[in-house]
Amino acid sequence: MMNEMQILEGSKAVALTVRSCRVDVISAYPITPQTHIVEDLAQMVADGETDAEYIKVESEFSALSALVGASAAGARTYSSTTSQGLALMFEVLFNASGMRLPIVMTTVNRSLSAPLSIWNDQQDSISVRDAGWIQLYAENNQETSDLLPIAYKVAEDKDILLPAMCCMDGFVLTHTFEPVEIPEQSLVDEFLPSYQPKYVLDPKNPLTFGAYADPSIYMEFRYQQHDAMLKAYEKFEEVAKEFEKVFGRKYDLVEEYKIEDAEIVLISMGSIVGTMKDAVDELRKGGEKVGILKIISYRPFPAEKIYEAIKDAKVVVVLEKDVSVGMEGGLLSDIKSFMYNREDRPPIVGFSVGLGGRDVTIGDIKGLVSKVKRAEAEEFEFLNLRREVL
Amino acid sequence: MSLFAQGHTACGGCGMPIAVKLVLGGSGENSIVVSPTGCLEVTSTRYPQSAWGVPWIHSLFENAAAVASGIETALKVKGKKANVLVIGGDGATVDIGIRALSGMFERGHNVTYVCYDNEAYMNTGVQRSGSTPYGASATTSPAGKLSFGEDKPKKDTPAIAAAHGIPYVATASVGYPKDIVKKVKKAQEIVGPKYIQILAPCPTGWRFDGSKTIKLAKLAVETALFPVYEIENGEITKVKKIKERKPVEEYLKLQGRFKHLFKENKDQIEVIQKMADANAEKFGLDG
Repeated sequence: MMNEMQILEGSKAVALTVRSCRVDVISAYPITPQTHIVEDLAQMVADGETDAEYIKVESEFSALSALVGASAAGARTYSSTTSQGLALMFEVLFNASGMRLPIVMTTVNRSLSAPLSIWNDQQDSISVRDAGWIQLYAENNQETSDLLPIAYKVAEDKDILLPAMCCMDGFVLTHTFEPVEIPEQSLVDEFLPSYQPKYVLDPKNPLTFGAYADPSIYMEFRYQQHDAMLKAYEKFEEVAKEFEKVFGRKYDLVEEYKIEDAEIVLISMGSIVGTMKDAVDELRKGGEKVGILKIISYRPFPAEKIYEAIKDAKVVVVLEKDVSVGMEGGLLSDIKSFMYNREDRPPIVGFSVGLGGRDVTIGDIKGLVSKVKRAEAEEFEFLNLRREVL
Repeated sequence: MSLFAQGHTACGGCGMPIAVKLVLGGSGENSIVVSPTGCLEVTSTRYPQSAWGVPWIHSLFENAAAVASGIETALKVKGKKANVLVIGGDGATVDIGIRALSGMFERGHNVTYVCYDNEAYMNTGVQRSGSTPYGASATTSPAGKLSFGEDKPKKDTPAIAAAHGIPYVATASVGYPKDIVKKVKKAQEIVGPKYIQILAPCPTGWRFDGSKTIKLAKLAVETALFPVYEIENGEITKVKKIKERKPVEEYLKLQGRFKHLFKENKDQIEVIQKMADANAEKFGLDG
């Protein structure tokens, strides 16, 4: 049976997919631009279109905390937040992953205050990259939808048991209407069976969750998280193959675009890749050998796949919507760090782009490539700074 | 299996494990307990040991009420039944966790929230909390040349709980064990959020001999400094009457945290006596 293609707002696509994942407990607090997702879910609960319960919490901190409890009690759980909300969750993020609870959350990417900005960049999720959560980034609304069941399946695997965040760019994806194929319920059920945790809060088998660890044992807990994240690399590949069999759409930790003979490889994550693809198409018409490596999975970090994709390039350019203040972009640092010990090491430069929602155009990408080609790009710089106001 | 086993590492004479055993005695084995960070958590769950004979979870300091909300909701969705309780200290309850607690009350979760009130942050070294009483010397509200100790009255958390319109609020003291069991049992029969605040003397923080825990737990009630009562649906329905109310001095003089009041700050004892008098009048304790 064919799945139906619909024209949907990104938020709606997410909400419909969350429903199809048969989530038991939803807990969320409204924050722009995540609001449409949680409003849609609340409406589905109000209309009896899902068996899920929606906990109307008083803060993001409690949103994720409630899911810690619900997940430990055996429920499949979902939340969504962005920016300040994610920052408020910081403490719970580490707690959820340390307790190995496979909570799945849509992180709508938005910049962090100050100055206050409700617009898109990816500073929020990049800033919590060390929290022990799987992080997946979507380019378009089909991906925002598809990555959810994939995330649940990887997260809930008994060898992984890590929470996962599916990141989507605020407004750019959440508020944009695109054709999306929402998978049929029976197919989702086939792909994603109900969550059957081995350890739950149950009076018949009283277990202690969240004991404290002294220095003789704490590191082993952290190592196990690290090891599970490394294992999530292959688990993602395995689950993506199953997904392709059921739904016909192919995913990997990275996606290559016109990269085979590329002398310049652009690397980025999220919706900006769509613009980059258009720019590359135009550049290719002019004979420029430019390609793209899109990172879908930032954690687990696809180091080997990145290496294979860029080792023969003449130059690598990382574009990202974040900055580690006073250093460079987080993705740039990650890529440079694992490349350092490799033999084939093309030069790598990086740009912070589109912070606080500034538009990044096809022209911007082409200009940036041209600058790199002229060897005028700095090791790291901000794209399109308005120097006249500084 | 004991619901709260021996071998925990609480100090000798600690009121907290007494409260915990009594609460579990009332709640029974079909219970799931959430505890915030604090003395209870660190003295009962050092990995790989655990004193708990009921399922127990600790997440963070300020989110126990939210975690309990999630557990209760998950049980509902899964069609399971268990008594969901929080057992947490006063710092986690009246200070850092009050947002989550307020949310849990307002949403009407069927959870019994028990605060063991030892009136300061004991786990970290006796720093003052919102529940520290007027005149007590704590390490962040110390008595000094210009200070008689904590200069604000104890936060009235039961009143804050009652203001949420929840069906059941009670106070209790480990000096009266049967009363605790009775109140927990009663709470479990009521659907909705319940709040029980139990005075649990702390020999280490209050600085008294660990053999005097029950005596002090009673004296706090007998002086009217810690009134014991029940509020059902916003109305005070029961108070523990005091036959012959004792002067606050009898309670204060046994504790190192109030020692300074008997030197340079005698006038503050009168202030505390007036607070006790006001409690007695407000709740009709005398008689």
